[in-house]
Amino acid sequence: MARYLVRRLLQMIPVFVGATLLIFLMVNVMGDPVAGLCGERACDSATAAQLEREFGLDKPVWQQYATYMANVFTGDFGTAFNGQPVTELMATAFPVTIRLTLVAIVFEIVIGIALGVVTGLRRGRPVDTAVLLGTLVVISVPTFVTGLLLQLLLGVKWGWVRPSVSPQAPLDELILPGLVLASVSLAYVTRLTRTSIAENRRADYVRTAVAKGLPRRRVVVRHLLRNSLIPVVTFIGTDIGALMGGAIVTERIFNIHGVGYQLYQGILRQNTQTVVGFVTVLVLVFLVANLLVDLLYAVLDPRIRYA
Amino acid sequence: MPDQQQPYEPERAVAGTGMGGGMDLAASEAATLEPDPERPDGARPQDRPRSLWSDAWRDLRRNPVFLVSALVICFLVLIAIWPSLIAPGNPLSCDLARAQDGPSPGHPFGFDGQGCDVYTRTVHGARASVTVGVCATLGVAVLGSVLGALAGFFGGGWDAVLSRITDVFFAIPVVLGGLVLLSVVTSNTVWPVVGFIVLLGWPQIYRIARGSVITAKQHDYVQAARALGASDARILLRHIAPNAVAPVIVVATIALGTYISLEATLSYLGVGLKPPSVSWGIEISAASPYVRNAPHALLWPAGALAVTVLAFIMLGDAVRDALDPKLR
Repeated sequence: MARYLVRRLLQMIPVFVGATLLIFLMVNVMGDPVAGLCGERACDSATAAQLEREFGLDKPVWQQYATYMANVFTGDFGTAFNGQPVTELMATAFPVTIRLTLVAIVFEIVIGIALGVVTGLRRGRPVDTAVLLGTLVVISVPTFVTGLLLQLLLGVKWGWVRPSVSPQAPLDELILPGLVLASVSLAYVTRLTRTSIAENRRADYVRTAVAKGLPRRRVVVRHLLRNSLIPVVTFIGTDIGALMGGAIVTERIFNIHGVGYQLYQGILRQNTQTVVGFVTVLVLVFLVANLLVDLLYAVLDPRIRYA
Repeated sequence: MPDQQQPYEPERAVAGTGMGGGMDLAASEAATLEPDPERPDGARPQDRPRSLWSDAWRDLRRNPVFLVSALVICFLVLIAIWPSLIAPGNPLSCDLARAQDGPSPGHPFGFDGQGCDVYTRTVHGARASVTVGVCATLGVAVLGSVLGALAGFFGGGWDAVLSRITDVFFAIPVVLGGLVLLSVVTSNTVWPVVGFIVLLGWPQIYRIARGSVITAKQHDYVQAARALGASDARILLRHIAPNAVAPVIVVATIALGTYISLEATLSYLGVGLKPPSVSWGIEISAASPYVRNAPHALLWPAGALAVTVLAFIMLGDAVRDALDPKLR
């Protein structure tokens, strides 16, 4: 177990370096990091050169990357061009997005798995067909359309929820955005659970459990569901990173000042330090979530051992 | 899916609909294991086991989901090539005096915020979506499956390197990468968007292709071909590729729908296509600020977008059901 963990942590290093380097190159090479500093007009060459020296932009890219990463590991994510430390932006943005992601994941787990179990046990019945068609529709309507429509209906027309979220973003205002953020993944979780349950419900251990007289509820929850959850857990785990990164659209629709909002602003204003910093954290979250998923396998299925 | 099923027989689900019962299941599985790629399609005697492809085609022709989605897609492609067929107006001729007006004779969908005819712009928007979807999928499928097949077939160092590279791409959220890369592009064509989707999409197909090539490689007929002295290229192209291509086609079809959705999302965020291009994402983005007064300007392009994506995803679903007998 310990050896497996160490190996996995070591394997994460190249992916982390690769992903951050890629985004660093995208931001620095594709864009002109100084251009954002002089507002709408172009910098004059002397100012630009001065700024470039100040931010170390005159050095080769690999050296900039090395300096940046060295700073990151001492907790210094640099300064946004308005003089605010990037860590300060993160401290306000991440709690909001983490709350939003949590709401989304709770929706995925509760609704997605429940629907999946119900349809998986009733394959071919009208319930199953209806839910499956529903998931297809949800998957095909892009998130930003779902978001705009629900905001229009629930927020503006019927007034059930606030159409935009206040800066503090309390949990109750995040329910609708969380549902919107979760919608597509929720549909996938439903379909995955359904397939998995339908596959396993004829397994020998289920027959044994029924034969020894266990109540149906216990057979389904403890035996069938537990064994069917592995693909679902994999999906939800990899989805955490996607949800936090994909929150850009949802946060824009509901005016939530989270990670997506800061990233969007950072990209539009070519605020390289903000963008690279936030993406670095997102990549870390993605990698750690994936690792946790792999460790969860052994909890769900004791037959899986790590060597 | 709409195929009727016996309540307690999920595996042999298709018995009631004539979509291939237990016999066909066995036959198509046998065909998967023992294919005959040398023989051109259609020229086979009746008593031979049908190939995976002819079996799948037989299933698909009877599947209403496939027929409906294929019909929708044909219509979309026609509209994308020749929009003036059903919308003779010019999508760029707008009359500000009629901004946000509702439907009127000759303008069934009403007008958007700039006073443009929503019907004309919705019809003309199909071209951008279909072009991005088709070109990006082709690019992703070719790049991903060639790299994946080579990595899966030869293994070794390149496989390790390429697989780590795909890990890197998986770690970057797609919309985020799109914002960063496309925000500096000033071109107003679909090609930057296509290029971006190919750049970030190929790892998905790579993994599928690599996996199915590794599976196909272990089959006896590959060993047999090798023992007979076939070259690597011949084994890969004539023996492995025909048996590994099915999952790639399935995933690519479904991905096509999601790429169309992604293009609209990027255009909505302002980095995909930009006005004066006509695209559903741009229409929805432009209509969203005044959605209270003129919801029709948002609903029609959004509906068109949803139907398009739905059609491709359902097509992919139907193809998967037909190509993978085990899923039945």
